[in-house]
Amino acid sequence: MGEPATKEILSLDELEATAGLRTGRKHVLSILVENRPGVLTRIAGLFARRGFNIDTLAVGPTDDPSVSRVTLTLDGAKHPIDQVTKQLHKLVNVLKIRDLEPDETLARELALFKVNADGTARAEVMQICEIFRAKIVDVTKRSVVVEVTGTYEKVEAFERLVRPFGLIEMARTGEIAISRGRSET
Amino acid sequence: MRAVDALMECLKAEGVDVVFGLPGGANLPTYDAFYDAGIRHILVRHEAGGGHAAEGYAKATGKVGVSLGTSGPGATNLVTPICDAMMDSVPVVFITGQVRTELLGTDGFQEADTIGITMPIVKHSFMIQHPLEIPRSIHEAFHIARTGRPGPVVVDIPQDLSRADIPYEPVTDVHLPGYQPTTDGNQKQIRLAAKALANSRRPVIYAGGGVINADAAPDLTELGLSDRFPVTCTVMGLGGFPATHDQWLGMLGMHGTRSANYAMDEADLICAIGARFDDRITGKLSEFAPRAKFIHIDVDPAEISKNVPAHIPIVGDAKNILPRLTAEYRALAPDPSRLDEWWSRIHAWRERHPLGYEPSQDAEIKPQHMIQALYEATGGDAIVTSDVGQHQMWTAQYYHFAKPRRWINSGGLGTMGFGLPAAMGAKVGCPDETVVCVAGDGSVQMNMQELATCSQEGIAIKVFIMNNGYLGMVRQWQELFWDKRYSQVDMGQWPDFVKVAEAYGATGLRFEDKSTLVEDMKEAIATDGPVLVDVRVTREENTYPMIPAGKAARDMVG
Repeated sequence: MGEPATKEILSLDELEATAGLRTGRKHVLSILVENRPGVLTRIAGLFARRGFNIDTLAVGPTDDPSVSRVTLTLDGAKHPIDQVTKQLHKLVNVLKIRDLEPDETLARELALFKVNADGTARAEVMQICEIFRAKIVDVTKRSVVVEVTGTYEKVEAFERLVRPFGLIEMARTGEIAISRGRSET
Repeated sequence: MRAVDALMECLKAEGVDVVFGLPGGANLPTYDAFYDAGIRHILVRHEAGGGHAAEGYAKATGKVGVSLGTSGPGATNLVTPICDAMMDSVPVVFITGQVRTELLGTDGFQEADTIGITMPIVKHSFMIQHPLEIPRSIHEAFHIARTGRPGPVVVDIPQDLSRADIPYEPVTDVHLPGYQPTTDGNQKQIRLAAKALANSRRPVIYAGGGVINADAAPDLTELGLSDRFPVTCTVMGLGGFPATHDQWLGMLGMHGTRSANYAMDEADLICAIGARFDDRITGKLSEFAPRAKFIHIDVDPAEISKNVPAHIPIVGDAKNILPRLTAEYRALAPDPSRLDEWWSRIHAWRERHPLGYEPSQDAEIKPQHMIQALYEATGGDAIVTSDVGQHQMWTAQYYHFAKPRRWINSGGLGTMGFGLPAAMGAKVGCPDETVVCVAGDGSVQMNMQELATCSQEGIAIKVFIMNNGYLGMVRQWQELFWDKRYSQVDMGQWPDFVKVAEAYGATGLRFEDKSTLVEDMKEAIATDGPVLVDVRVTREENTYPMIPAGKAARDMVG
């Protein structure tokens, strides 16, 4: 009975048009939660059923062992983000939420790349690593494993540059973030 | 003390005097504790019946309902009541048994991931992992269920942990740092809302179930009568404002009155209180109340601006906010005559579009007439529960609820089979009241087994089945929007409800004559014990008026 009073057949295009709400504005939510089993499931479940799409997610301890920090990035118009934070606040185990302002936020992620690097390619890859202040953490005859830290954009840029050499494998953590200290003035 | 005995102490400390449940393997220890705990336990015939009974109890009394089931199928049978309680913000604590901890995750006999299954449909849940957690979790569960926006809380207790011997000390405080509902309401915002009301020329007060949950019906009435404010309620809010009052517009929404829906459409200010702008209210969202500014009062901040952007949001409990809003409004002493024009417009709609139907020419009972007769037979003062469908909407339209907690139905989830067990729970909570269930012939069959519970426990509910032999609301939609292709809606005349009632030890009656209906109903209500009445009504009658789904208030039909 929930459907509009029409028996017109709905085209797939119409369905897709109503589904898309991506604006390109990235939000970084820093969420402090009680360190208990099942909390992450509650957050993930909330996102799934409200139709919010998580881009990246990172979970780790804080200075207080009873509290964990969940950092997640997602995409959405201001209105849905508002709903996201309000709905998150309703979870009993969620203590605090901050929608971090990009200008006042330091965000970093860690990525590991396994890249083909034999013969002449090796020197080139190493040169790129130097520019990106990336570390080579493993070497074999054919490949290197590179560790990169930086913003999402920096890691993206690194990936674009090394991909032509042959990217064998890649692992990324997703961003974690913290707000800048308050200035004195 | 055994953890389950501590559980009983906790229930008593929470003021629980009755629970609804069904035992099984995983909650055997709990049931052993019930044996001499001094808490009334009502043995239901299906866990869903117990869950809805706990909801009916909670809605009628305002107290927290308690429902129990065993692990696995016991818990999955509770899923519908849990979801129902979530959608309608009903405070119920569900206590489920779970398999022994050593069996968890092994697909043990009667194992189900109850916490996982219910996670999206609970306000909160507790998976007990240590016996010492039981007392605190129970108290936290009651606290969360009852406060803020009420809702269901599940406590899942593995069998072995419930048998543990624990030192029990009463828990007197609840500490939940992540759960601090805002109930006060910002004074500045309240003042702003009072000013907006004073400046409005076409205001409407639109109230929902939140007003009932907050026990704020007298405060809503006070606000409404502080000026000549037109008042309408959602299906969940009925009884929040007396339906017998001249300022009452009738229910709004899909099957609301034209005056209520047209008033929303033309309003310049809508004051929403404990209501959530559900799609059954707004119809097509982009054409909803296009001229209005919105005051939105709700205890759940996530409801504010969820569907309709609020100009003046006020987060808090209606019970706290409404008296202050009324006082601020009175202090402004606005001129009531500014509403004259608005009222003459509303009166014109009322005269042109009263609620009505074509009366039958013979003895046939029209479904609307059945509700009018019930209203007369009960003096308009029964607790009325319903199932879901046409009969629910007709009851909402024609039984003019004058007081809160008299109308108990499944609004959000729309659960067929809700009415009979809910009536059972309401009657247990309010034994001195007349409790009537208006059921559909389709719906009632989904939880009819609870008649056995009623007979055994002497719970004297009076069930009136509006029997048209159809899944009536679906048939109506098929008639109106699907070219009358009646697909799988004809229920025929099975079962013989009179015989069913008698088999369950209840009184079974059948009414077919409208001329004696009121007297017959009075007699049925005066009969001792549970009574099930098969009221034969017009087979193909439509619920009007109606905003077709996805259309605007102006597009009302019928």
